[in-house]
Amino acid sequence: MADSTFRWLMLLCALSIFAIVALIAIELVTHSQMTLAKFGLKFFVGSAWDPVSGEFGALPFIFGTLVSSAVSLILAVPLAVGVAIFLTEMCPKALRGSFSFLTELLAAIPSVVYGTWAIFTLVPLLREYVDPVLIKLLGWTGLFVQPDFGIGMFAAGVILAIMILPIISSLTREVMTAVPHTQREAVLALGATRWEMIRMGVLRNARVGIVGSIILGLGRALGETMAVAMVIGSSPTISKSLLAPGYSMAAVIANEFNEAVSDVHRSALIEIGLALFLVTIVVNACARLLVWAVTRGAPARAT
Amino acid sequence: MATTHPKSSTANRRWRWFANHTASVLAVASTILVIAPLVAIFVDLVYKGAVSLNWNFFTKLPAPVGENGGGMANSIVGSALLLGLASLMGVPIGISAGIYLSEYGRGTKLSNVVRFTADVLNGVPSIVMGIAVYGLIVVPQKGFSAFAGGVVLGIMMIPTVARTTEEMLLMEPHSIREAALGLGVPNWRSMLSITLKTAMPGVITGCMLAFARVAGETAPLLFTALGNEFWSTALNQPIAALPLQIYVYALGPYDEWHRLAWAGSLVLVFLIVVSVALVRFVTTRGVLKGAS
Amino acid sequence: MGVSIEVNNLNAWYGTNHTLQDITLHIPANEATALIGPSGCGKSTFVRCLNRMHETNPIAKVTGEVKVGGQDIYSETSAVEVRRRIGMVFQRPNPFPTMSIYDNVASGLRLNGYRNRRVLDEVVERSLKSSALWDEVKDELKKKSGASLSGGQQQRLCIARALAVDPEVLLMDEPASALDPVSTAKIEDLIFQLKVQYTIVIETHNMQQAARVAERTGFFLNGRLVEFDSTHKIFTNPGDKRTEDYITGRFG
Repeated sequence: MADSTFRWLMLLCALSIFAIVALIAIELVTHSQMTLAKFGLKFFVGSAWDPVSGEFGALPFIFGTLVSSAVSLILAVPLAVGVAIFLTEMCPKALRGSFSFLTELLAAIPSVVYGTWAIFTLVPLLREYVDPVLIKLLGWTGLFVQPDFGIGMFAAGVILAIMILPIISSLTREVMTAVPHTQREAVLALGATRWEMIRMGVLRNARVGIVGSIILGLGRALGETMAVAMVIGSSPTISKSLLAPGYSMAAVIANEFNEAVSDVHRSALIEIGLALFLVTIVVNACARLLVWAVTRGAPARAT
Repeated sequence: MATTHPKSSTANRRWRWFANHTASVLAVASTILVIAPLVAIFVDLVYKGAVSLNWNFFTKLPAPVGENGGGMANSIVGSALLLGLASLMGVPIGISAGIYLSEYGRGTKLSNVVRFTADVLNGVPSIVMGIAVYGLIVVPQKGFSAFAGGVVLGIMMIPTVARTTEEMLLMEPHSIREAALGLGVPNWRSMLSITLKTAMPGVITGCMLAFARVAGETAPLLFTALGNEFWSTALNQPIAALPLQIYVYALGPYDEWHRLAWAGSLVLVFLIVVSVALVRFVTTRGVLKGAS
Repeated sequence: MGVSIEVNNLNAWYGTNHTLQDITLHIPANEATALIGPSGCGKSTFVRCLNRMHETNPIAKVTGEVKVGGQDIYSETSAVEVRRRIGMVFQRPNPFPTMSIYDNVASGLRLNGYRNRRVLDEVVERSLKSSALWDEVKDELKKKSGASLSGGQQQRLCIARALAVDPEVLLMDEPASALDPVSTAKIEDLIFQLKVQYTIVIETHNMQQAARVAERTGFFLNGRLVEFDSTHKIFTNPGDKRTEDYITGRFG
């Protein structure tokens, strides 16, 4: 075989990446034609989802996806940044490898296993110990009110938080480590405490990258399917209380796709998938750009 | 000088000392809070899963609904088949793409865009991939199949394998390529037998990472492989898979099913953890440095 | 006003490497003291022991006594306080890139709890004037980032930043080695002016520089202080043969 043939073969394989993206887009658009044409943009603002009577409004799922993702970010970001600070600036070098291995393990656990653990261990725990406290302390906000069955938006947010922690933490560590040592020394030489050195010399310099890693975590949370499907309650309703059951875009597709009552129903689900596709592409592209800007295009670990 | 001599006040000093210690405590607390669920999950997996790991589990089919004594043999075999198919597709294409990025397209705009796209593709929810392959294969063939499942998992492996292959090849010193060129054989042969071979350990670990990732995927299989209660290794029929079966069992109403879900989870996590540990071992101690 | 530094039997280690052995000397107040010696002689470690930066390395160890203005900086006060009183300027300028010129200079003040806008303005202006940078940047204090200046300007910015917290001593670790000759000359002129208010300790590879700016010079070799005397004597009539060899370029 000639060298040029080989090169073309390799190029073709590299271009397959584009082909895959195009393929997904084409399939999604083609198979959601029915509802795209029928409902137009109203699809995304309608709040009634009743496949049997032909009503398809995707708002409950968009709401559920956004709320569960927001809860997960609120819970995960402080913890992830805290772990990153501990591992990069405080942890003795000997222990660093073991701890980072443990956070890597968190990332390796499949979604369905998280979901199983969430159903049998996390949700009962939340229902027994955490939710009552939240209802007592924060019930006045309207966000944590009875009835509480354990499963619901909050449970989904918690398990999502555990799942996106590793990616936010490892990327934050990467950008923190990339800050030159001379910056840390400059702050210390002014007479700063260790926390002040971390705040002014490291976090401040790495903040663009940290934001990027948070957005990446958001992208992951938006698309998480199995664990969320197992604990969110599968109820296409919009509620103020986080303890109420809800639904997310990915979860409704997972649950209803194979039982779709009609072609229109399936088309509607695929349209939700199309929206999910577009949103995660945009979010991930923005995040990657931010992280790239800080680490200057060094091949980031594909996670 | 005296009027603004910045000798900090005692209150200021005390506050800074307090803030410093609080920050340290919070950082340690965060780490504990993050490790805690991991420990909890592993404890649960072992306690609730190990009890059901017996000979039946690995050799028997699911028992009739409500009865005990069944196993997940078909799911394990099914997953193995699906992953085999996926690797057949994803590994060669992924490695080739990685070779292009590193050896032919290095520094070009095209390879930058490809790399960026691969990263973004990694962020696309797997369920969306499942829908796409559903439309591509399941619909025309009018049926769910192991083949479709293999395809979707294979597609998911490509970006990861491509990126890690590129990374490993980039780390190789130029001297190796120059030595290969000096041998006087067609470029592509030297590329494969020398350049790629030298980077092989790293490339393999990259494939293992991608493998471990898709081994646990459930969502894309929902509308491609579908799952199967019985023995089946036919490529054009629905096939059982471990993650799928865990999902069904976990949501089911029977205690026996829940026990099986835990056992299946234990097996799945065990395999994945072994792969991740192996990858870490190879990249930090073995042939390569700086890859993690 | 600057203070004198009294060093008694200072020993320092990096892990098992005994980098400084039994250093004893007296650095006079309001003077510039230069430290010279070949690479790896320990002068950099010595300087970092003076403001307790050496111990930020986990495998570092220090024994001995360093008294600044009569107070032992290791046993009688905290590292944080020491570093405020003993400022440091590094070999490569390291301004904070995410902060404006103003914020760079004010950073140390803000750490110490100063919020009053007028106090900050006043100290920033004074510090920038002391480091001969004021005229060049006074119109763009808050608009330009610290990293957007030229190398020589960045180093003067770092000097201003160190001066803003009103130290008594200023340590300079080869402050001009990364700069062009014009900037180097400016920094050296600066040292002459700074001597009036601060005690300067400057570590340098450049013997001509030591001869130009310092009243006293110490020669380090292999972790020991070989000779410490007036600059004039060191460079014209060194007491130790090793000093003479180094100065005449026989090694290092």
